[in-house]
Amino acid sequence: MNAVAEKLPLARARRFARGALADRLFKGLAWLMAVSVFVLILLIGYELAHGSNLALRKFGWHFLISSDWDPVNEQFGALPFIFGTLVSSLVALLIAVPLSIATAVFLTEIAPNWVRQILTTFIELLAAVPSVILGLWGIFVMVPWLRENLFPWLRQWLGFLPLFRGPIYGVSLLAGGIIIAVMILPIITSVSREILRSVPGLQREAAYALGATRWEVTRIAVLSYAKKGLFGAMILGLGRALGETMAVLMVIGNRPQIVASLFAPGATLATAVANEFTEATTDIYLNALFEIGLVLLGVTVLVNGLAQLLLKAVAGPANAQQ
Amino acid sequence: MKMKDLIIAAVSGLMIWQAPCEAQMLINGAGATFPYPLYSKWFDEYAKIDPSVRFNYQSIGSGGGQEQILSQTVDFGASDGPMSDENLAKAPGKLLHIPTVAGAVVVTYNLTGAPSLKLDGALLAEIFLGKVTRWNDAKIAALNPGIKLPRTDVIVVHRADGSGTSYIFTDFLSDVSKEWKKGVGRNTSVKWPTGLGAKGNEGVAGQVKQLPGAIGYVELAYAHQNKLPVAEIKNASGNFIRPSLESVTEALASAKVPEDFRFSMVNPPGAKAYPIAGATWLLVYQEQKNPAKGKKLVEFLNWAFSKGEAMAAALDYAPLPAELQARIAEEIKSIKY
Repeated sequence: MNAVAEKLPLARARRFARGALADRLFKGLAWLMAVSVFVLILLIGYELAHGSNLALRKFGWHFLISSDWDPVNEQFGALPFIFGTLVSSLVALLIAVPLSIATAVFLTEIAPNWVRQILTTFIELLAAVPSVILGLWGIFVMVPWLRENLFPWLRQWLGFLPLFRGPIYGVSLLAGGIIIAVMILPIITSVSREILRSVPGLQREAAYALGATRWEVTRIAVLSYAKKGLFGAMILGLGRALGETMAVLMVIGNRPQIVASLFAPGATLATAVANEFTEATTDIYLNALFEIGLVLLGVTVLVNGLAQLLLKAVAGPANAQQ
Repeated sequence: MKMKDLIIAAVSGLMIWQAPCEAQMLINGAGATFPYPLYSKWFDEYAKIDPSVRFNYQSIGSGGGQEQILSQTVDFGASDGPMSDENLAKAPGKLLHIPTVAGAVVVTYNLTGAPSLKLDGALLAEIFLGKVTRWNDAKIAALNPGIKLPRTDVIVVHRADGSGTSYIFTDFLSDVSKEWKKGVGRNTSVKWPTGLGAKGNEGVAGQVKQLPGAIGYVELAYAHQNKLPVAEIKNASGNFIRPSLESVTEALASAKVPEDFRFSMVNPPGAKAYPIAGATWLLVYQEQKNPAKGKKLVEFLNWAFSKGEAMAAALDYAPLPAELQARIAEEIKSIKY
């Protein structure tokens, strides 16, 4: 805008006026873009609520606490799907967050330059693998390996926990969580790496000057400083995890149930919609699937909100500048 | 003067450009995924016979097909199950069900040595209800003398996505088992009492292949193309029938088809009929709003039943018996445009 204004043969005073106008226009445009994100979410929420009108009226709050999902008798409850979504995302975070942050630390603090470049490329490649391809890999490579190696091992050594009991089919909540972990690993790693890179060099130098070892520098000067940003990276990963669909669908076993064992098959909100939407013929069934979408949106908003609160409690005001 | 010339040139240019677009009519359809390979073959072949019309078919699923024809956003719909009375009542005009081909659902399993199993409806219902949980159960052994059955768990695998295949299978189980009918029922997706859910025929087949002791159901065409072990199923007249296109056409021939063609063909009385089968339908309004499109649609339907049916078998769909085709031809005549 400014460049255009400068090319025009105008008096200097008028040029200033133009500049001010361009400023205002730019400000307005930026506002519009920012608000449109907000409006988009509201519109999605509205459309989902509108589409699930019948189900909302028929089931009310019962939809959230009922475990019954029976298209034949038109009884719908989302609880097992909510459970599956939360559990698989939690498993994914537990696996992906330590791995991602460790990778990011390695990339920024330890790795020589050439290793850093190669590794970064590979992490970005991992992010580019389509969901369906990961799902196929999940079915044909990961699940058989889990069934024959990892799961029996877990059952043998951690079988005293209810989490690792019961029959092993391979497809399971745990398999779903692991595949989500693979999918959110690149995004958490990339964001964490950027955060760690933005930690000022002075911070490290000061710690070294005090005689800290490399581990102490990383822990105190870098990780602690970047705590809030890393938490943000985690939330970004969580957002992805809650909504992952195709790959999860292929390995989670698609059974809406609430059980303690991670070896048991489960189902998530996103997989329910993806599975059943195309062949849902009755109105109430379609409405219930729309409501599943609404619940997923709600869960995402709620979990993000909780994470923000947690962040405030953990990071405290001292770290607010990050 | 110059301006006028320009305008004339522009307008005539537009007309030349528009002419081929106007000549080719586009007829839109949407719905079932199961017959999609056959329909796209039909439309492909038909384009050679009548280049003035182009069919655009989107396989978005039976639910979408029914909804779109009800809201008249497409010229014809397609569905793997007949429409419910409730849905049919929503139609703005009389909606015809036109069956095109039939498919069958076969039971496949993973047992060492892949023995040829014999099963009946009651036993299948009990397996899928989670009541028969071991392969060496007396009920399985009784139907399969001479086959050594392992003492392993039966792992049920079913479709997780809504599908016409599940509809046909649960339709059969509802027909043979009161308990199934009362507790689970028939639909494109149901509340499965037990088992793992997998997506698509390939998902179910993949799970069954991987898990020793698994049992699942897939489309006949899929099982045929991938050479899966399939069970012989006892039909209504007491014979064990191996699933094949012939035994499905037998089933069609002995099924009772009502006036409106909304029929279920599971467990028909024919001696050689395979009992787990179902048809797929096109949904067309009797009163066509657009006369030109209506005419082309009827021409296409006539072609489909005179020439198209012959292409079905090569793609592993069971063609309709001649007598039923004749009845459908009459029904097509009733379409007004």
